[in-house]
Amino acid sequence: MSTEAALSIRDLKVTFKTLLGNVQAVRGVSLDVQPGEVLGVVGESGSGKSVSFLAVMGLLGRNAVVEGSAKVGDTELVGANSRTMRKVRGNDVAMIFQDPLSALNPVHRVGAQVAEMLLAHQHGMSKDAAAKRAVELLDLVGIPQPEQRARQYAHEFSGGMRQRVMIAMAIANNPKVLIADEPTTALDVTVQAQILEVIDRIRKEMGTAVVLITHDLGVVARMADRVQVMYAGRVVERADVHSLFHHTDHPYTRGLLGSQPTLGRERLSPIPGAPPNMLQPPTGCAFRARCSFAAPQCAGSIPELVHVRLTDTACVRAQELEALV
Amino acid sequence: MTELSPQNESIGVLQQSLSPKRMALKRFVNHRAALLSAVVLTVLIIIVVASPLTTRYGINESIFDAKVRPNQNLAPFNLAWFGTDGNGRDIYSRIIFGAQVSLMIGLFTAIGSVLLGTLVGGIAGYKGGLLDDILMRVTDIYLALPLLVVLVIVRGMLKNVDWVTAIMGETSSVRFLVILLTVVGWMGVARLIRGQVKQLKEREFIEAARALGASSSRIMFRHLLPNSVGQIMVALTFAVVGAISAEATLSFFGFGPDAGSGMTSLGLLIRDSKKAVAPGYWWLVVFPGVFFIILSLCINFIGDGLRDAVDPKMQQEIK
Repeated sequence: MSTEAALSIRDLKVTFKTLLGNVQAVRGVSLDVQPGEVLGVVGESGSGKSVSFLAVMGLLGRNAVVEGSAKVGDTELVGANSRTMRKVRGNDVAMIFQDPLSALNPVHRVGAQVAEMLLAHQHGMSKDAAAKRAVELLDLVGIPQPEQRARQYAHEFSGGMRQRVMIAMAIANNPKVLIADEPTTALDVTVQAQILEVIDRIRKEMGTAVVLITHDLGVVARMADRVQVMYAGRVVERADVHSLFHHTDHPYTRGLLGSQPTLGRERLSPIPGAPPNMLQPPTGCAFRARCSFAAPQCAGSIPELVHVRLTDTACVRAQELEALV
Repeated sequence: MTELSPQNESIGVLQQSLSPKRMALKRFVNHRAALLSAVVLTVLIIIVVASPLTTRYGINESIFDAKVRPNQNLAPFNLAWFGTDGNGRDIYSRIIFGAQVSLMIGLFTAIGSVLLGTLVGGIAGYKGGLLDDILMRVTDIYLALPLLVVLVIVRGMLKNVDWVTAIMGETSSVRFLVILLTVVGWMGVARLIRGQVKQLKEREFIEAARALGASSSRIMFRHLLPNSVGQIMVALTFAVVGAISAEATLSFFGFGPDAGSGMTSLGLLIRDSKKAVAPGYWWLVVFPGVFFIILSLCINFIGDGLRDAVDPKMQQEIK
């Protein structure tokens, strides 16, 4: 962590005010992403992984209360006014979403949509220059015949091609950080690999920091340098990708790994139970109701991340479990 | 759009790029009634717009001097294709002059109410929340006002208020009718556009645009408005019909454009025909009535065709 982080989040909290009460979706998340690094963020649905980053982008609804700090360079994003956010979005931090099928405007030509990104952020750029650069960007993300394709509409593109267009739009202004929220979930496996390749190439060529939000550990293993595992709105384990897969110390991570299909293993072992209700998050360790290693001391305070062996783990019994397993 | 080349073929790039506009046009052309209506309406409009060339007599001109030969209430014959009225004037020519006024009222009212409705509905739908509630309740209040009541109030009570007269003109002027019909006619459009904007706002491309730094005005004018153009066009079409019918209704009850000023409209012509029923002067009723029906039907069919053409649910069908 010697270099300046591209994106730095400290103690981020997100609470949704609903009719039933306050849902504590994110309860204190901290992380750093370095330039040119891929940070994988994994967790079950509802673990707060997407919400954390939507909060950073200021894209949550009015009923969301965001606390803490998220900095891109020197710019504080939490509580920033809409003017600042507009400048940051697409320029410093860009986000791509799960479903590329609906993420493009159906009535504008694809090239024009990419060019629009350039015109929105780079004042003084001529329309011709933007159109030209748009074609280059489409070429960069691996769209064949970019000149012709730029003149087509979104419905004439396949899912993978649309995601490439989204990536082209996202990287148009050379953002420091690219947040990819389940970028390949809606795509079939062969296309998935191509899209990941594009993201990886951009990271290498442009030095972009990438946050890869996913529930697919296979994608993480392939792409990420470091991984954060989230559960019930908190980071429960943090490690470099090799250590996480081979030397995890958190029972939840172990459970996640166990529920992934692997060649040679006959049965999957899913994690029993369901994630906790975040209207009333449990005291102590949120995972203890589903944890086979739960002990009385788990009900105490919420465990903090502690460095154990090769990973940072938020489990009070991590040291003991080491001996057990 | 794209050039044909063997290279294109080999990797399966679509040869022809269809823009949403073109697809809508294609669907519209496939809608037979709408296409036929468009042709008929175009012909009618050309006749009406080129009126001094297409009419045979002046608007208040007798077909010939009454001293030479009686000219009143003549059945259709070669000098007056649609017959003459009680003043010896040519019905055919008067229909064309009347249609000019009616279409003008229809078009201006439609543009006015679509602009106002799009503005109110767009803001309500986009901003949401309290502002949405307030704007839509105001819309409800306007919807609750019956046209004739508003008319009577405005004519009777505000006639002598200077600033009202300054804005709306004389109570029998075309301007007065256009403003009146706009004031009571924008609510449907506001509701439609509000619904459309609310629906579009939830679409992922709007969020994606926002995530990539688009401003509110950019989202409104680059994303929401272009995606609503179809709906707005449909609303515009139906607003024209609505305004023409409303003009006819008002004229029928004597609240229309001033007949004394030498002007006429389809509504006024139909009103004149009231006197013709008892003596059996059928041409006074039939020709203005049929013209009015054809005009309304044509515009309605075009509206239907447009609606089908821009309906996203139909989009899958296009080859």
